[in-house]
Amino acid sequence: MGDAGLSALRNLLSPQELVEGQARVLLGHAGTDACLKGGLIKGALHEVFAFDSSHAGAASGFAACLALRVAAKKKLLWIRQDFSALEFGELCATGLLELGLDPERVILVRTADAASVLRAAGEGLACAALGAVIAEIPSEPKILDLVASRRLNFAAARAGVTALLVRLGAEPDASAAETRWVVRGAQSANDEEWGAPAFAAELVRNRHGETGDWVMEWSVDHGIFREPAADTRAVAAALGDRPAAAARRAG
Amino acid sequence: MNLRVDMPLADARAMISSLRVVEADEATDQKLIERIADWCDRYTPFVALDPPHGLLLDITGVPQLFGGERALLDGVRAAIAKQGLAVKAAIAGNAAAARALAHHVDGTLAEPGAEAEAIAALPITALRLDSDTLHGLKRAGLKTIGAVASRTRAELAKRFGAEMVALIDCALGKAEKPISPRRPLPDCMAEHRFAEPVVTESVIADSLLSLGKTLTTILEKRGEGARALIASFYRADGAVRRIGIETGKALRDPLIIQKLFGERLDALADPLDPGFGFDLIRLEAARAERFDAQSARLDESDNAKEEIAYLIDRLAARFGPQRVLSFCPLNSHIPEAASAAIPAQYTKPTKIAWQRLSAPNEAPRRPLRMFARPEPIEVMAEVPDGPPLRFRWRRLAHAVNRAEGPERIAMEWWRQQEPQPTRDYYRVEDDEGRRFWLYRDGLYGRETDRPRWYVHGVFA
Repeated sequence: MGDAGLSALRNLLSPQELVEGQARVLLGHAGTDACLKGGLIKGALHEVFAFDSSHAGAASGFAACLALRVAAKKKLLWIRQDFSALEFGELCATGLLELGLDPERVILVRTADAASVLRAAGEGLACAALGAVIAEIPSEPKILDLVASRRLNFAAARAGVTALLVRLGAEPDASAAETRWVVRGAQSANDEEWGAPAFAAELVRNRHGETGDWVMEWSVDHGIFREPAADTRAVAAALGDRPAAAARRAG
Repeated sequence: MNLRVDMPLADARAMISSLRVVEADEATDQKLIERIADWCDRYTPFVALDPPHGLLLDITGVPQLFGGERALLDGVRAAIAKQGLAVKAAIAGNAAAARALAHHVDGTLAEPGAEAEAIAALPITALRLDSDTLHGLKRAGLKTIGAVASRTRAELAKRFGAEMVALIDCALGKAEKPISPRRPLPDCMAEHRFAEPVVTESVIADSLLSLGKTLTTILEKRGEGARALIASFYRADGAVRRIGIETGKALRDPLIIQKLFGERLDALADPLDPGFGFDLIRLEAARAERFDAQSARLDESDNAKEEIAYLIDRLAARFGPQRVLSFCPLNSHIPEAASAAIPAQYTKPTKIAWQRLSAPNEAPRRPLRMFARPEPIEVMAEVPDGPPLRFRWRRLAHAVNRAEGPERIAMEWWRQQEPQPTRDYYRVEDDEGRRFWLYRDGLYGRETDRPRWYVHGVFA
């Protein structure tokens, strides 16, 4: 994994977009980026699932991190149903900040039902000034069918705004999504202390490539995913001046 | 029938034995008057209540829309009479004269400047004078308004006071007393009257667009844009529906106005019901504000800001301003009070800055999702003031793998009525990698012997 680790590190040092038909954004995790053939496609629909609603925190965090990657400096629209806040907790501004997302970049829309979430998402995706639209739809409402997801995908492609559909406590159905992720929380890498946010992310659908599963850690300070590091501090210290050493460690 | 207002009931019964008597119901009367006032709104937005049973309409500039003052007056009277109501009406150059004429010579149209002449023959009771003054005037032999008017002001003021003189002068058109409208008058407005009442959505939408054009032209001349707009839909049968929208910044684009109303109308829980059609649609700028006309040279970031402001307006029009929010930092270390979500349309820059709590390279110290009401849990701990070992939340058992804490957060006593217990927060990771933010409510031994535990949020 040495080579892959090295290239991931290069990406991490100078995050860049590869234009290959559709704009992609590197996530920073070598295995994932390789599987996605250069990163997550912008201006498309991606789904993030937590089958088990007790992993709702991890799944919403993963979606927030993806949004941070694709949105660059642009604002985000986060739409959630009232039920979602009761069941999984309301989006917390200080928590966003602690993930590296400036709360002032987030516009929160609270809606009563799934139909309104889809409606608001459609409006948001038409606004090219936005970086991403995160739409939470819990359980499996009838209105969220193949047609609805196609519509989201088209809207995302038209204005180039990435759509992230967060499905907490839901089972997947037919959809037009570019990728589909099933996310669970992962143990902190270090035995001793509480580590960086870690996700056991399973890519169960990828329209333009293979599937796979990885443990991905989020680096709040660099705003990028990475392989779980045994010792985050050492890696972070190494990143600045000794990339090769860090790469070996990561591998 | 010789019945009249204020007649004793016994006298009336003596005259007509089969008289049906109904208790007065002032509240219902008031409601009816309000409804008639709403309906009168179609003639002018300046409608004032004139208690107990009167309405005053300022029709400055209005009659030509209805074919002149006579046609307007007859039209109003006929329309109200058609509803089965008894109506008296008059037009005059001031409110006091119009009121006096309406009560005594129904249907009068006093020529401009001829108010004094028109009301000269009316009894003094036609003016709203107090009973002492009326009594005094009667004793002085002054029975008509004309007779009173012929006296010198000094004489009248000495005997009856300056207030009475002012009232007489108003009625004669020599002075002006402002009347206050029921609803605040719009900063500016545009309206569309339809000879054939309109029913279809597309005509309504077209009409909102053309009204928007007229309105924005007026706003443009004044260097203003609208922050709040109200569209009023007047049904031919008298019902009036008002729909309002607000914007995050001054707006002067008719297409956007039309689009925002489209969103609002589309999302109404109780949809706009044209019945047999609307015969008047009015668009008013309820609140206007200076418009910064820099739009000519917008750079890219300004453009993005504009686009997002427009998106926020659209979403607020559809879902309500309270449902489209942005976060703003507050000056508190209590987790639930550290920030607020406020309507994005009203967001203003604050002096307080967001502050990350975690040090560089440290894991997040606040959860991504937080419960509005912390949820109680059962906790097993080695010692009562130690971190949890196991806990049960929503019927699911969690074995704690790592616990960071406590982070002790004292409640801000100056904000609360009752002293609140101190909270010891723990960041906790279970054996499946789920991360929670738990707290023990109350310091063991000092504040409580059986501290309770809660889940306050979940981490990413």
